Amino acid sequence: MSLKLENVDQVVNGQNHLTNVNLTLEPGSFNVLLGRTGAGKTSLMRLMAGLDKPTNGKIIMNGANVTGITVQKRNVSMVYQQFINYSNLTVRENIASPLRLAKASEAEINKRVMETADMLRITEFLHRYPLELSGGQQQRTAMARALVKDASLILFDEPLVNLDYKLREELRFELRELFKARNAIAVYATTEPNEALALGGTTTLLHEGRVIQSGPSAAVYREPVDVYAADLFSEPPINLIPGNVTDNEVTFDESVHFPLHQDLKSLTPGGYKFGIRPSHIGLVPDNDDDLELSMKVELAEISGSETFLHVKNDHFNLVMQLSGVHAYRSDATINIYLPVHKLFVFTLDGKMIQSPTRLIRG
Amino acid sequence: MAEIQLKSLAHSYEKSPTGAHDYALREMNHVWDQGGAYALLGPSGCGKSTLLNIISGLLTPSEGEVLFDGVVVNHLPPQQRNIAQVFQFPVIYDSMTVFDNLAFPLRNMKIAEAKVMSKVHEIAEILELHPVLNKKAKNLSADEKQKVSMGRGLVRDDVSAILFDEPLTVIDPQLKWKLRRKLKQIHEQFNLTMIYVTHDQLEASTFAEKIAVMYGGQIVQFGTPRELFENPNHTFVGYFIGSPGMNLLEVQTTANGVSFDGIEIELSDARKAMLAKVPSKNIKVGIRPEFVHVWDKPSENGYECEVQHVEDLGTYKILTMKLGQQIIKARLDEDHAVPQQKAYISFPEQWLKIYVDEYLIGEELV
Repeated sequence: MSLKLENVDQVVNGQNHLTNVNLTLEPGSFNVLLGRTGAGKTSLMRLMAGLDKPTNGKIIMNGANVTGITVQKRNVSMVYQQFINYSNLTVRENIASPLRLAKASEAEINKRVMETADMLRITEFLHRYPLELSGGQQQRTAMARALVKDASLILFDEPLVNLDYKLREELRFELRELFKARNAIAVYATTEPNEALALGGTTTLLHEGRVIQSGPSAAVYREPVDVYAADLFSEPPINLIPGNVTDNEVTFDESVHFPLHQDLKSLTPGGYKFGIRPSHIGLVPDNDDDLELSMKVELAEISGSETFLHVKNDHFNLVMQLSGVHAYRSDATINIYLPVHKLFVFTLDGKMIQSPTRLIRG
Repeated sequence: MAEIQLKSLAHSYEKSPTGAHDYALREMNHVWDQGGAYALLGPSGCGKSTLLNIISGLLTPSEGEVLFDGVVVNHLPPQQRNIAQVFQFPVIYDSMTVFDNLAFPLRNMKIAEAKVMSKVHEIAEILELHPVLNKKAKNLSADEKQKVSMGRGLVRDDVSAILFDEPLTVIDPQLKWKLRRKLKQIHEQFNLTMIYVTHDQLEASTFAEKIAVMYGGQIVQFGTPRELFENPNHTFVGYFIGSPGMNLLEVQTTANGVSFDGIEIELSDARKAMLAKVPSKNIKVGIRPEFVHVWDKPSENGYECEVQHVEDLGTYKILTMKLGQQIIKARLDEDHAVPQQKAYISFPEQWLKIYVDEYLIGEELV
């Protein structure tokens, strides 16, 4: 099954929730919708499901126009943020419910429920009621119900957001494994860049109701079309430093300047924004041409296995992402090393015109 | 100012507990030094909320004692413990101004208005609440409200400790780090014992000098963020800290070290001698994904693994491999060669940890 959205607008009470969305989802693909709260992710999913009708544009399934067809007549399932189950039914009956609605035989129901419960590792809870389960088990039940009926389109609206991060890690992994063997289209909405990358597949970036970029997740991450895409798809966010290009060098401020290297030679003189990923800035020099900067530590955030170091000078702030645990006192002064050949270059209005060429391998 | 001590403390919600499984908190002895920044970290159901409620006085422990500066406080109600609490959701009076909210605890204690004035201004300055001092609290953003909640604890000179219960839950992701920074500054400026309860390793590790990791009603490790990462004292800490967590392999002892599925890991003589004395059969080795060495070509001493999955997380990749019947994850830097079908890995002995009955042993031998 394939799904296509053509020139879709959604206007609610005079407000544009979605503007000119064009998307093609391939059979068997895993598609992440990445955007902040209010970017239009849920609106878009509701259109895909047939819960809402677009103001303008067409929705095409397998070549047929389904724009006005309601959710009941489309073969879709949906999993929400909140753990939605029938609290008066056992886990077994919750999972069986879509099959009962479809009038499947008892033997078929039994077989499918067991297979699905097994896949989601909730077989031992089949006789229990949802409210007797932990949050993770409740969400597994909701997922089992969505997966049991072999829907051709399965929509996940931030399904893991209410779970703790260890559980998220596990379920994310399971979900990806589950979809390997399916021909259904999966659409998964999230606000978290790392989740989009971990799920693989394709990522569509949504910003204020518009699609700003779409493609294979790793490619979108490495080649953002503009500052919004770069910012949206990095956690911590990509660092942006305003700078000027003259005939032969780049100047961040009076004290920081460096010669134009190979990648930057073609830049015409003027103002630009330079982007550098938090993980590319180091505490020790890696290349001869690394910029050495003296910065003041604002905060060392420690994630358990990584450190996000917030630093600043009189002109700009930077965030660094370091592997391992590094303790720093706030207000300490440190030297950091910024590799100039890993800079992204954006025009002042945000369009990307240069991505680093020397860090893309294999 | 207070040192908080737990002496043979345990708690059961049952009237007559029959065994360890009836205890929400198992017997523990623990000291939080005066002026320290601590975190209590663990998954839901680990007992951290029970412990927090016992310290604040909302719950009386069924066994053992809680002491503040050496004095038993078991039966003192929360109001008499001089502890301030900051909860998930801001606790403030919506209809009052920020100033009146901050002044409230002081006016309640009948403190002279001139003193109230100076104290409120001092705290507002530190919390950067001056611009909104005359605004009604209901018109504030979530992070401002949470700062007011904090300020209501900080204005009181008699407060000896502040307990935080997941205080950043309702704060916008982009603002969280600013509030974390503010919390650290406050800890540096005030000589207060602070205990921060959370299930989030980032919150805990950023705030605390030392973290108590709770699991199954016990504190399984009390250490710095670095110690929890580099030397997890319990398999649960290895699993819970880090993303992904530590690789843990069930092994048997052999003449040369340990083995699983016919694959042998050699150990130093000292470690072998130590393991020879261990009666338990529950032995695991642990190594963090960050410390597994990975090659894409056969190498001396390298174990051949089957590559199952590569997760490209942009700044690094997580490689999932199968060695024998066990799954091993390794973290590869962005510019590291990525093995296709086969990978060759080794475990540097320095980073290989040995767990007997889930607890770390023999670190002094490494």
